[in-house]
Amino acid sequence: MTITIAAPAPASLAAPRVPPDRILLLLAPAVAILIFLFLVPLVLFFVRSFTEFDGTTADFIDQAWDLLLSQAFLTALATTNWIALIVTATVLLVSYPIAYYLTTGTGSGVRIVLLSIVLPYFTSIIVRTFSWMVLLGEHGLVNDTLLAAGVIAGPLPLMYNRLGVLIGMSYVLLPYMVLTLYAAMRAIDPSLLRAAAGLGASGFYTFRRVYFPLSLHGVLSGAMIVYILSIGFFITPALMGGQHDVMIAMLIDRSLEVAVDWPAAALMSLVLLLVTLALYAVYYRLTDIRRLIGAR
Amino acid sequence: MGREPRQGQFDLVEMDSVLAAPSPAAAMPPAAPTAPIPAGAGRGAIELRGLTKRYGDETVVDAVAAAIAPGEFFSLLGPSGSGKTTTLMMIAGFVRPDGGAILVDGEDMTAVPPQKRGFGMVFQNYAIFPHLNVFENIAFPLRARRWAKDAIEERVGWALELVRLGRFAGRDVRQLSGGQQQRVALARAIVFHPPVVLMDEPLGALDKNLRFEMQVEIKEIQQRLGMTMLYVTHDQEEAMSMSDRIAILNRGRIDQVGLPGDVYERPANPFVGRFLGEANLIEGIVIGQSGELVRLRLASGQELRVPRSAGAVTGSGLLFIRPERVEIASGTSVPADPGANTLVGTVRRCSLLGNILRYAVDIDGMPPITVDLQNAAGVAPLPNGAAVVLRWRVADSLILAGET
Repeated sequence: MTITIAAPAPASLAAPRVPPDRILLLLAPAVAILIFLFLVPLVLFFVRSFTEFDGTTADFIDQAWDLLLSQAFLTALATTNWIALIVTATVLLVSYPIAYYLTTGTGSGVRIVLLSIVLPYFTSIIVRTFSWMVLLGEHGLVNDTLLAAGVIAGPLPLMYNRLGVLIGMSYVLLPYMVLTLYAAMRAIDPSLLRAAAGLGASGFYTFRRVYFPLSLHGVLSGAMIVYILSIGFFITPALMGGQHDVMIAMLIDRSLEVAVDWPAAALMSLVLLLVTLALYAVYYRLTDIRRLIGAR
Repeated sequence: MGREPRQGQFDLVEMDSVLAAPSPAAAMPPAAPTAPIPAGAGRGAIELRGLTKRYGDETVVDAVAAAIAPGEFFSLLGPSGSGKTTTLMMIAGFVRPDGGAILVDGEDMTAVPPQKRGFGMVFQNYAIFPHLNVFENIAFPLRARRWAKDAIEERVGWALELVRLGRFAGRDVRQLSGGQQQRVALARAIVFHPPVVLMDEPLGALDKNLRFEMQVEIKEIQQRLGMTMLYVTHDQEEAMSMSDRIAILNRGRIDQVGLPGDVYERPANPFVGRFLGEANLIEGIVIGQSGELVRLRLASGQELRVPRSAGAVTGSGLLFIRPERVEIASGTSVPADPGANTLVGTVRRCSLLGNILRYAVDIDGMPPITVDLQNAAGVAPLPNGAAVVLRWRVADSLILAGET
């Protein structure tokens, strides 16, 4: 007769809890940086911009309304959100299979793909944008190759238009999505997929009913990050876009650099900030929900 | 999908009323498989032919062969690394065999993907879908098979009652205890009435009491529904209490297949003898036979008698005797007894294991012999160093060839 012992519960590896007063101490550097390098300049910018305005408060409100309801601003707002939406969708569609491959694949292929996703992440956004200009320009690599191959008669307009903005932004934002999805997919227990197959589910059914729902919080997080980053984009659309692709950040830049209208710039910045915060609030709720739908 | 308990449902319902599958007329769509008792049709015969799996140079499953009858509870028992889980994974279709075949009801399943094999499965960690509630977890195999909504409701309700989770349908699975999660996994595996259910150490994570409770429950459900059960475990008590037959795996091979009593009482080799519980294996030299008895001489010069076995043992052999078959009495004299072996020794130690007292008794010139005694009323442990006489019936012992 042998005494059987149930498998022992895994010992808790969590570090002992830090006492609350120490937590504040640990957070102090981060808080200081946020306050002095972000919050203070931001507030000063708004304060200075609005105090610079000559005239009564009623005038200010009038002009603010005019600006916020102006064709230029509304168009830029719509353009910005539309581009952000398309970029988010594009990045998601491209990233999902990549992240899936990174999660489930084996061998050196995974390392190469991961490296080629992460490396550009560490490269300057301007360098990357200019690289795309080399590729997509009228006499860029893509057009030259297609012309030489006789596929097209004249160069394709790949840049200085909406397409150029979408390509450039999607590329820059790809790593954020891939890495977010990768983290979410890594957390999916592979034995669940095996269980689904063992219980008679086809590959597609398993994906639809088990894998995708479990990766959903990654999809939502990634989409939110990419969207929020997209609506504030400046360099890529400025360099690769055309006349009709004015995004809010570019409009703000123009009011500052060209019109030297600080109150207008501040007002638009405030709108952009509020939109971002609103989206972040949604994102925050979603990450709460993700606990409800079973992510770890 | 929070379903309120219907009136008159209790946690502990009478098994008979619960175990009866819903009447086919009630909800079954014509397309859905309706057989309420799958094994009634005698389905679920499994045949393993020379099943082999290698990883690199290592053969983890080596020509495993077995024929499992419909409705049989068949356990694959072995220590970790014996290849039992790999064998099960090959039967389930998750691991591709390097050789051999798996037949179910005469049909070759070796190349059939797992989702088309139609087995019910319970995994070691339950593998319950965390994003689905109890009802949807159990409904999963039915939805995957495109059952109609009414039929799913009916059948899941039946399965929930079967595992006594009737009131938990709408519950979040992560709020359930280990035993309840285990029941969800069980219900999910049987809800579509598979002829064969595979279980991979399903009770490994439960504590001992709950484990015993679930053993009884699984066995009862299996018997009522009559499905073929292929059960992997490393727990010999679990295998013995539940199984119709047990296959003992050792280093990728089946060492012995048989009824629980047979493999326990008549192990084919020292490994099986030791794995199924405490065993005394007394080494000696075969010095001859007289009739149906083999005479074995120990290193100390004493002679023991063992019934002759089917396979002739020559040279050195091991006398196998279970500790609970050895009687212990204080004293030094040995009355002659033609039907029994006796040895004189001294108590080295006595351990109380709860319901039994386990003695280690030193005998001249050999490893101590283990003796188990019921911790019954009036039994007082003998002190260490006490002179004792050990005695066992010749018929209870067995001769085994030494380990190679």
